[in-house]
Amino acid sequence: MYKLLACCSMASGISLQPKMVQASLGVQKQGNGHCTNVPRNVNLEKLQNNYLFPEISKRELQHLDKYPSAKVISLGIGDTTEPIPEKISLSMANYAHALSTAEGYRGYGAEQGNQVLRKAIAETFYKNVLIRDQEVFVSDGSQCDISRLQLLLGSKVTIAVQDPSFPAYIDSSVIIGQAGDFQDKTGKYQNIVYMQCGPENNFFPDLTTTPRTDIIFFCSPNNPTGHAATRKQLQQLVEFARDNGSIIIFDSAYAAYITDDSPKSIFEIPGAKEVAIEISSFSKFAGFTGVRLGWTVVPEELLFSSGFPVINDFNRIVCTCFNGASNIAQAGGLACLSSEGFQAICSVIDYYKENTKILVNTFASLGLKAYGGVNAPYVWVHFPGLKSWNVFSEILEKTHIITVPGSGFGPGGAEYIRVSAFGQRERIMEASWRLEKLISNEKALFNSVENKE
Amino acid sequence: MSLMSNLSTSMISSSSSAFLAPTSFNSSRSQSVSVPVKSIKICKCVATPQEQQQTAYKTKVSRNSNIAKLQAGYLFPEVARRRAAHLLKYPNAQVISLGIGDTTEPIPDVITSAMAKRSQALSTLEGYSGYGAEQGEKALRVALASTFYSNLGIEEDDIFVSDGAKCDISRLQVVFGSNVTMAVQDPSYPAYVDSSVIMGQTGQFQKDVEKYANIEYMRCTPENGFFPNLSTVAKTDIIFFCSPNNPTGAAATREQLTRLVQFAKDNGSIIVYDSAYAIYMSDDNPRSIFEIPGAKEVAIETASFSKYAGFTGVRLGWTIVPKQLLFSDGFPVAKDFNRIVCTCFNGASNIAQAGGLACLSPEGLEAMQEVIGFYKENTKIIVETFNSLGFKVYGGKNAPYVWVHFPGRNSWDVFSEILEKTHIVTTPGSGFGPGGEGFIRVSAFGHRENVLEACRRFKQLYN
Repeated sequence: MYKLLACCSMASGISLQPKMVQASLGVQKQGNGHCTNVPRNVNLEKLQNNYLFPEISKRELQHLDKYPSAKVISLGIGDTTEPIPEKISLSMANYAHALSTAEGYRGYGAEQGNQVLRKAIAETFYKNVLIRDQEVFVSDGSQCDISRLQLLLGSKVTIAVQDPSFPAYIDSSVIIGQAGDFQDKTGKYQNIVYMQCGPENNFFPDLTTTPRTDIIFFCSPNNPTGHAATRKQLQQLVEFARDNGSIIIFDSAYAAYITDDSPKSIFEIPGAKEVAIEISSFSKFAGFTGVRLGWTVVPEELLFSSGFPVINDFNRIVCTCFNGASNIAQAGGLACLSSEGFQAICSVIDYYKENTKILVNTFASLGLKAYGGVNAPYVWVHFPGLKSWNVFSEILEKTHIITVPGSGFGPGGAEYIRVSAFGQRERIMEASWRLEKLISNEKALFNSVENKE
Repeated sequence: MSLMSNLSTSMISSSSSAFLAPTSFNSSRSQSVSVPVKSIKICKCVATPQEQQQTAYKTKVSRNSNIAKLQAGYLFPEVARRRAAHLLKYPNAQVISLGIGDTTEPIPDVITSAMAKRSQALSTLEGYSGYGAEQGEKALRVALASTFYSNLGIEEDDIFVSDGAKCDISRLQVVFGSNVTMAVQDPSYPAYVDSSVIMGQTGQFQKDVEKYANIEYMRCTPENGFFPNLSTVAKTDIIFFCSPNNPTGAAATREQLTRLVQFAKDNGSIIVYDSAYAIYMSDDNPRSIFEIPGAKEVAIETASFSKYAGFTGVRLGWTIVPKQLLFSDGFPVAKDFNRIVCTCFNGASNIAQAGGLACLSPEGLEAMQEVIGFYKENTKIIVETFNSLGFKVYGGKNAPYVWVHFPGRNSWDVFSEILEKTHIVTTPGSGFGPGGEGFIRVSAFGHRENVLEACRRFKQLYN
C-alpha cells in the first residue's frame, strides 16, 4: 500500500519532498482507524456548539449555496471593511522592505512588544491615568489575550460575565476548566455567574444581587448591546470588585466609538489599578482585524491574595506561551498612533459611526426598539416574544442580510438581534432599504407573540 | 536600570522613515532583549513571592498554583537578562550572541516584497481584507501541503497556519487539558515542559533530580545516540519529540522514528513532533513524521517559518493534525484543535501569511535555501573550532546548533565563564533539562564576521 517514491530535489539541491519507504514487517496493520488511548479533554466536551462566529459564516455559505446570485450583505460578524489609511499600510510596507536589509532586519522582538509601541500606547490611551509603558503588553489581539489571561488565572477561579456578552469569555472559561456543565434549561454553564444586562436595568447589572466571583469580565462599550457604562456605573463596579477582592477584566475594544463622555478606560476610575486588567485591540480601531494587533494592560499594583504581582505571572505566560506580535503589525500600530495616522483612523471610525446612525434610524422608523449604536458600531434590536435564531433566519431568507442572533451571546440575548455597522455605505443603505421593506410588510410576523423563547 | 537610554521623547514622528532611525522604533539591538524595562524586580521573572508593603491592597484571587510551580523565568529571557547585565558591566564589550537561536540575516527580497505588496493592498478597496480564516489562508495551506507533504496524504485541511510553534505548543496543551501525562526528551526545548506545568499536567519540581513530578523525561545522550531507550520509557498520553533536535542537533533516523511510531501505537499515545529545523537536515533522515507509515494515526506535527525564512519577528508557523488522529472515544483531535483555533486565536497576520506564500514559490524556496546554507556554513565553522580544541561536539550537521560537552562541569558556570572571558553568549545545557547538564548549546545564527570572531575567542580561551 505504501509506495517507494523518488526523492525529488528542488533546484537548490536540498530535498524538501519527503520520501516514503515500504512499510516494514510488523509495523502496519490495516483495518479500521486506530484510536489512541488519549482521553478527550472533558472541558471541550462541555462546549455546546461551535464558536459563534464560524457558525454564522457557515450559515452564510449555506445561504449562498442556496441562492448563488443573491447579493448577500454581511451585518453579522463585526468585520471591518474599509481600507486601512495609506500612511499606516505604507509604514508596514516600508518595515517589510527593511527586513531585507542588514540595518533593517529584526529577529525575535520582546515578547511584551516593541518598547516604542508600548510607550506610544501608554501615552495615547492612558496619558492622564498614569499607566506605565511596562504595564502594556502588545499582542496579536484580544481573543488571544483573553485565552492567555485564562491560562494565567487557571481552572480554580470563578468568573462572572455580562449576559449577553462576547462569547470568548465564556468559551475560554469552559475550555480552561472553570465552568461546570451546560444546562439546557437555563442556557447557562454552571459555576459561571451571568449578570443580566438589559433595558430594564440600563444595561448595567444589579450588583447588589450579584454573587462574588474571582474574576468579572466587563466590556464597555459593549459587544453586543452597544451600551457604554457611565462613570457612575464603573465606579460602582470598581467598588464592588474592591469589596469582593475580585479582578475586573475590562474589554475596551470599542472605546474609540464612544461619542459621549463615557469613560474610555477602566483606569479613569480611581482605585481601578488595584482591581483591573484592561484589554484592547487595533482591530475595530484601525481595521486590523486581519493584521492582528492588540494590547493588555496589567497594572503593577494588581496583586494576588498572597501579594504576588499579577503582572509577573502574565509576563511569564507571555514569554512561554507566546512570542510577540508580528513586528510588521507593530510597525503599523505605531503609525496608527502618530498624529497623522490617528487622524486618518478617526475618519474611518466616523464613517462607521455614520453607518451606525443610519441603521439606528432605520429600526427606529420601523417602530422597533433598537439599543446601542451611540457608542459602539453595533445596534441591538429587540424582537419581543420571538426566538433570535428564527428572526436571524427570517431576515437572512427574505433579505439576504446576515446578522447575529442575540442568544449566541448568552440567554440574555434571546429576543435580540445584533446588527453590525461595518460595511460600505451603499451596502448599509441597501440593507436599510431591504429591512424597511421586510419589516413593514411583515409587521405582524415580527411583532408576533407566538414564537416565545 | 534602563537599556533604553536612547529612546526618543514622546514626540512620535509621522514620517515613515523616522521609525527606522536609531532613536525610534528599531532602536538598538538591546531592544530586542525580551526583558521588561523597568526594575530588576520585574526583570527577574522568578517564582518567589514579592512582598509588598503591608498597606498595599491585595485582591482575594489566588495565584494559579501551576504557575507557582515554575522554577525560574522562561529560559531565553533569563539568558537575555544575563546578557543585558553583562553589557551593563562591560558597556564597551563586543558581545557576540550565540545564545538565543535568533536569525540574523535579512529576509530575501522576493519574500519581503510580497509582504510589502500585501500591506499596501490593504489600503485599497479591492485589496483590503479583514478577518481571515482562523485556520489560515487557503492558498498558503495548499502550498504548505504540496511543498512539504505531497505524497504523504496530508491535505490542506489538515494544516493549521499559526503565529509560530511556541504558541501552537500552548494551544495544543489547551486542547489536551490537565488530565494527560506527557513525555519529553531530556534535554528538550523548554516550552514543552513549561507549558505542561502551566496547564496543570505536572506535579511539583523536585530539586534533587531537577525534574517536575509526573513528566516522563526520556534521556537523550551521546551514549544512546540521542534517541531514548523506549523499552525503559513509561507510557504517557503525549510524547513531545523534536527532530532535528533543539538543543542537541540530533536527527532521528527513519528506523528510530519507525520505532517511535510503533511505541506510540502500542501505547495509544500521541506524538507531538516538532519539525522546526527540518530544512537544516543534511543527512537522509525523515523531515516529517508523516514519512513513517502509520504516523497519521498517532502524530501531530508542528513547524515554523522562523528558522526557515528568518521569520522570528514576523511570526508564522503551522501545525498538522491529521483527520485520522482520534481520541480514545473516536473523536477526531482535529475537531477540538479547530475549536481552540477558532476560540483562543484569530489567525496569523495576513501580511505574514502573504510572506509565507512567497517563501513557498520556487524563487522563495531557492532564496531561503541560500540563507540556510549560510547558517549551515556557520555551523560547520563552529563545529570545526570546538573539534580542534579537543571537545566532544555533537549536532551541527542537521541543525543550526552545536552541543558541546564540558564533562563534570556545571553548565551555568561554563556559560558564565564563557560570557565573562570572551563576551560570547551561549545557552547552558541544564536550561533544557537535567540531561543537558555538562553541555553548552552554541547556536550558529549570526553574521559571518561575528561567528569567525567568536571562534577566535573560543580558541584563545580554551587553547
